[in-house]
Amino acid sequence: MRLLMGNEACVEGAIAAGMRFFAGYPITPSTEVAEWAALRLPEVGGKFIQMEDEIAGMAATIGGAIAGKKAMTATSGPGFSLKVENIGYAAMAEIPCVIINVMRSGPSTGLPTSPSQGDVMQARWGSHGDYPAIALAPSSVSEAYYVTIKAFNYAEKYRTPVIVLMDEIIGHLREGIELPEKLDMEIIDRKRPTCAPEDFKAYKVPEGEIVPPMPGFGEGYRYHITGLIHDETGFPTNSMEAAGKLCSHLMSKVEDNVKDLIEFELIDVTDCDVLVLTYGGTARTVSATKKLAEAAGIKMGIFRLITVWPFPEDELREIVAKHNIKHVLVAELNHGQIVREVDRALKGAAGVHHIGKINGDILYPKEVLQKLQEVKANG
Amino acid sequence: MAKTLKINTAWCKGCGICAEFCPPKVLDIVREKVVLKDMDKCTKCALCELRCPDFAIYVETEEVAG
Amino acid sequence: MADIMASNLIRQTFRTDKLPHIWCQGCGHGVLMRAAAQAILNVGFDPDKVCIVSGIGCSSRAPGYMNYNTLHTTHGRAIAFATGVKLAKPELHVIVMTGDGDAAAIGGNHFIHAARRNIGITTIVFNNSIYGMTGGQYSPTTPMYDTATTAPYGNIEQTFDLCKLADASGASYVARTTAYHVPQAIKIFEKALLNKGFSVVDAISGCPTYYGRKNKKGNAVQMMKWMKDNSIDFKTAEKMTADEIKDKIITGEYKNAPAPEYCEIYQKEVIDKVLKGDAI
Repeated sequence: MRLLMGNEACVEGAIAAGMRFFAGYPITPSTEVAEWAALRLPEVGGKFIQMEDEIAGMAATIGGAIAGKKAMTATSGPGFSLKVENIGYAAMAEIPCVIINVMRSGPSTGLPTSPSQGDVMQARWGSHGDYPAIALAPSSVSEAYYVTIKAFNYAEKYRTPVIVLMDEIIGHLREGIELPEKLDMEIIDRKRPTCAPEDFKAYKVPEGEIVPPMPGFGEGYRYHITGLIHDETGFPTNSMEAAGKLCSHLMSKVEDNVKDLIEFELIDVTDCDVLVLTYGGTARTVSATKKLAEAAGIKMGIFRLITVWPFPEDELREIVAKHNIKHVLVAELNHGQIVREVDRALKGAAGVHHIGKINGDILYPKEVLQKLQEVKANG
Repeated sequence: MAKTLKINTAWCKGCGICAEFCPPKVLDIVREKVVLKDMDKCTKCALCELRCPDFAIYVETEEVAG
Repeated sequence: MADIMASNLIRQTFRTDKLPHIWCQGCGHGVLMRAAAQAILNVGFDPDKVCIVSGIGCSSRAPGYMNYNTLHTTHGRAIAFATGVKLAKPELHVIVMTGDGDAAAIGGNHFIHAARRNIGITTIVFNNSIYGMTGGQYSPTTPMYDTATTAPYGNIEQTFDLCKLADASGASYVARTTAYHVPQAIKIFEKALLNKGFSVVDAISGCPTYYGRKNKKGNAVQMMKWMKDNSIDFKTAEKMTADEIKDKIITGEYKNAPAPEYCEIYQKEVIDKVLKGDAI
């Protein structure tokens, strides 16, 4: 058992997943991710570099991945805003990489040391154009470890950037964590091509595969990578047919595999009066509310997202229908972001309510309880 | 070894750089394409090849039998 | 490719099915790209280990034509991507082909910091003093009082001297050449490639379409003549007054001072020491 900070656990998870390259830029409250990576990577023969700015941190991370390494960066709100152009590049060019975003209170410079969950929609829609997003939100230090491993697995399997949506609560939380000697989890590595270099088409998806195999630069397959619309050879084209095919592929590789990507935890959803949907650090407040709610005579269920994107809309709808749930309360540290997804998913099947906060403070159990009482009283 | 001046008119954009800086002045631009107007005076110095932005003109060295 | 009519150099180093390139009639970039390919061939690098990285702009279309590991990135970020590639796999020969806007405006920060680290990347700036791809806006190397579409009354900003900038930032090899002086360009590119640290070549190109025409500097031929007639070497320039060198292109080697390369230092001073238990 070790005492680790959530930010440090992300790095341990990443190293367990095979991360050997980190490029980043210091920013509160994510800095410990970079510090731990700088300390730990050389021990496993990996490389760490502190870049000159946030944009460069993202760019060099993608560069490291292109050279064949599992690569990661970490940031927080203002830095995440600067990184989104290159996150879109990684999505377009199908470069696997992981971005840890330890959310802090915004907008702008905001309250750098205070928690928030205000970047959830930015994680989905931050870069321009249509591209898929995979984002995972851990609720404990040990979950930060496992979620980061999963983030790498998804990045490698789907050849896309994956975001770990930490928040300051989990990032700076210190908890005991058992780091396994031997990992009881599959580690996924990107597939390398097996064909002769002259037969290699860099962006051709082989029959029965989700994404094309990806050689590292220097492995004998000389190919071209671009953020422009490209065809299966990887070279730019103005063809609308090729554009449609590529953009549909980028979306469908995630949309067709939501079952593989979606993970959530359900607690006591049967016969609940109110289902509280939550994620990340706020899930800990919600957990702590449960006893108070029971004492107050409210049956409270919990739907805790681990995968935030893609959002488990079908699963939520099914659970609400199956258990005849009348009210869903979304608890999140923002002015109302995931609540929009819940509303969209449920299409009026249940009352949708929200409790959030945008003053830099966390949500407290008594506040959630009060909201539950209001919901129950009005419903 | 025989040297020949080769012109790929499909790639030539007719900028005229090769003709202007050709030491013996054996190149010309006709209807936006380079032409070799005096083969005998061409010294195969290949300066045209070095300065052609479009790789449309070059000197090829061929092994000659006998 | 036997049916493609092209020189041996072009066949060996280019993706001939992608040619002719998209650049305008008389664009200096084609000359410089060919010279760079010649230099890569001359120094004998294994083509499988050559990686060419670019950002956005006219210059940045170069890698798509070249038969190596090629990476066309986002505007200004070529050197940052290249830093990741190089550090992750130091055995690669990483070459950045960029433009004056890409390298010195939007990407200026990466340019100076890669130089400061002396990381093993060769950066060739195809410097045509204008934003060509977007239609002729002024760049950090557009001479003062020249016009551009965003400087219709004349550019009132000072220019960057990319050699001085690279030198002051810590690059270990710095030189300038032009699209006219091709034999010199090839030699300089070779030396830049063989330098282990960060090399910068300010390669003066000509944009007849958006710079020459708009500034009465003429067409492609006239721009080449201008490079020919106005270039002097650094040694000659040393003996001239500021006024005399005002409108000159000063070419040749500006700095050749080999220094420890970043990735080698990281391996030796960080990884090796940590693994041996010798770290501070």
